[in-house]
Formats: sequence, structure tokens, C-alpha cells
Amino acid sequence: MKQQANWSPYDNNGGTCVAIAGADYCVVASDTRMSTGYSILTRDYSKICQLAEKSVMASSGFQADVRALQKVLAARHAIYQHQHNKQMSCPAMAQLLSNTLYYKRFFPYYAFNVLGGLDSEGKGCVFTYDAVGSYERVGYSSQGSGSTLIMPFLDNQLKSPSPLLLPAQDAVTPLSESEAIDLVKTCFASATERDIYTGDKLEIVVLNVSGIRREYMELRKD
Amino acid sequence: MNLLVDSNQAKSNSLISEAASERTLYPYVTGTSVIGIKYKDGILMMADMGGSYGSTLRYKSMERLKPVGKHSLLGASGEISDFQEILRYLDELILYDNMWDDGNSMGPKEVHNYLTRVMYNRRNKFNPLWNSLVLGGVKNGQKYLGMVSMIGVHFEDNHVATGFGNHLARPILRDEWHENLSFEDGVRLLEKCMRVLLYRDRSAVNKLQIAKITEEGMTISQPYALKTSWNLAAFQNPTAGAEGSW
Repeated sequence: MKQQANWSPYDNNGGTCVAIAGADYCVVASDTRMSTGYSILTRDYSKICQLAEKSVMASSGFQADVRALQKVLAARHAIYQHQHNKQMSCPAMAQLLSNTLYYKRFFPYYAFNVLGGLDSEGKGCVFTYDAVGSYERVGYSSQGSGSTLIMPFLDNQLKSPSPLLLPAQDAVTPLSESEAIDLVKTCFASATERDIYTGDKLEIVVLNVSGIRREYMELRKD
Repeated sequence: MNLLVDSNQAKSNSLISEAASERTLYPYVTGTSVIGIKYKDGILMMADMGGSYGSTLRYKSMERLKPVGKHSLLGASGEISDFQEILRYLDELILYDNMWDDGNSMGPKEVHNYLTRVMYNRRNKFNPLWNSLVLGGVKNGQKYLGMVSMIGVHFEDNHVATGFGNHLARPILRDEWHENLSFEDGVRLLEKCMRVLLYRDRSAVNKLQIAKITEEGMTISQPYALKTSWNLAAFQNPTAGAEGSW
């Protein structure tokens, strides 16, 4: 007698991630709600992981896969430090993340990531991914359950130059750091209104010359 | 032509290997909700003792709260046999940890992390351990309470509940739980939750155990029953106000 639906190795635990790059800073943010179906599992689970001194990853999707991915990257970064005696740069970490995702191309990590950080010149950078490792360097991005609500809003507000332009234009946003933080807060407050998988609390990580800083903002809990 | 034969052969081979390999596709004997909370001096956990075979109440003295090492307490819902297998893994884990004889012992955080990896590893092999686990404990003055699902999803919180408990008990816990809950208030809160589950979860039974773990050690209670009242008008005459339904 079978009562359950067929077993699935995947679940969608929801969550929304946003990253914005500026000339000398980078903002990475995500909510702290973890859900399954219509239930909330916990209201305080951080989806943001610092992978290196100047690389921060925010991930939504299937939490168990996300955690496994974070562990693999942490291990690979420890090896890198032993071999090179330095921290991995953000663009290098971006390539590593892509390779790590593609390594599991035929049993993918169900993880939707944005990687934010500062490149070797101290400029803000954002890399955006799909679950199997396709990635692109952009000026801003959103991933996860609320991305459909946030991404067009960011497009409207930030109007980044077309990637088809030649010579290539800089993709970083013209906003100041505090303007970018305010924009992120607005994005999440709005997404929380309509997306049931986004809410509870917003965690914002800011990277700049002086280091790394965290901010929190309460979101709707319904 | 040869290609055709080969592909057919491959297909039937994969079918055979599918049938011959053994994995849990659905559970047989299951336990229902487990609830755990932090309170002033440690962790409290509660579960009933039913073991359901589908919708048949097959076993009535299933101990679903078990000690793990010196500092942790494990509660399980889902497939009972898988839970007992997990207990064997943990026995070995604690034994090998003890054999170092260095005075160190694994705390709840380490045990929870181990369980997380075991559950995730088994889901990667498409052969899950069909459980939701609650792990609580205290070590070095640190309270710990976490959960793991059968596919490896895990988290920590001040209060957790598996299965139906997540729907029916956690809203009560979110309302009434606070950091400085005394032991008596904690027990009362858990009993309130279990009573709701008893009324509304058909596989819950009125024979429960409650477990406590603090810095001083752990105790798992003898089975006991909750006072229930079925005199409510809605229970006595369920069709009142629904005239003409049958």
C-alpha cells in the first residue's frame, strides 16, 4: 500500500538573494526564512556565506544542497590557501563555483546563487548563476523565489549598459553605498508582500575597503 | 540492428537492477510528531509511543526518545526501523569517540552535524533514511536544539516539531515560548501541544514520554497519559449546525 507521493531527493526551501556592485563596494542580501511547501521551517536561517575575504555567496533553493556546496567551496578554498598562501580573488571564486556546480551537471545541486565581492582592483563585482554553473559577471542580480519580482525592478532603477555595447561598458551601478542598501531594503519589503517564500528578516552584507559589515532589517512574518 | 538489440538489453538490465536493489520507497512502521523546546536550564522533548503500520496502530510502546552519548537526546518520527538503524550508527560513533580516552566527548552540535551528513549521504544514494530527527542537548552551558529531515534539510531553532507538529504545535510555541521558561512551564507548554496533536492527529496516541536534558544529565520519563475531555459540544454532536447533511 502506497500512501506517499513518490519520493524526491529535492525540496524547494525558497528564499531570495540580491547583490549589487558599486564602484568601490558590493552589497549582498537575502531573507532568512526557510520554508517547505506552505510551511515555514524556521524564521532565522542565514543564506549568506563568506567564502573568502572578499567573496560572499547568497544561495536559495534546496538547503541541503546549498550547505553541501558551501562545504565543498570552503574545503577547496582551504586547499587554495595552503597552496598559494593568499585568499582567493572574487573572480577566481566565481570560476570555482561554476566548475563545482557543473561537476554535478547530471545530478545537480538545486542551488541558485549570487556571488558578490570586490575584484583585485577593489571594484565591486557580482556574478550570477543557474543551478548547473552557467554564469556571468553583471552589475546587479537577483536569484531565488522572489527574483521574478525584484529583477525587473532593479532593471528599471539601475539601467545597466547593454552587455552588447562595444567597447564593453562598466557594469557597476552608479549608486552610492547607502543608496544601494536602501534600494535592497525596498526590493525585499516589496517582494515580501507577494512572495510567500520571502520574509521574516533581511540580512545585508556590505563589502568595501574598510572590510565587511552586516545589517539586518525586519520583514513581514506572514 | 545490433544497436537496437543492445539498447533493449540495456533497458531490461536497468529494470532488473532497479528491482533487485533494495531501498526505502515508502515507510512501513512509522512514528508521528516529536516536539522539542529550549527552556531555562536545557532542553525538553516530547513524543508519543505509537508505531503505525499504515493506518493500523501496530505498536504501542515505541520509545522514540533516546539518549546519545552524555550530552544529547534524539527524538525521531518516521520509519521506526530506520531510526533504530540510526541508533546503531550513533552507538558506534559514541563508542569510537570514547575509545580516544582523552576526556573529550561529542556534544549535541557534533552529533547533529553527523546526523545531517548521514541523512544527506543516504539521499544522494537514493536510499533515504525515512525520518525527521530532532536533536537536543546541553554542553558547556550551551543549549542546542536542531532538526534534520530525510533529505538532509537541517536547522537550529528555539523550538522545533516534526510532521503534524510543525502545523499544529509550532504556532502555539511561537505564541507562548520564551527564553526563561521554567521546567514546570515548559512541561505544561509541551503537554498543551501534545494534547492538540492528540485531538487532531489520528495517528497520535495517549501514551507519551517526556525527556529532559540539562548540564546535570538527562532523564526520560516513564510513559504517561494526558487528561483529555471529549465533552465538548462539537465532539458530542458533530452534526449540530450541519442539518440536512445526512
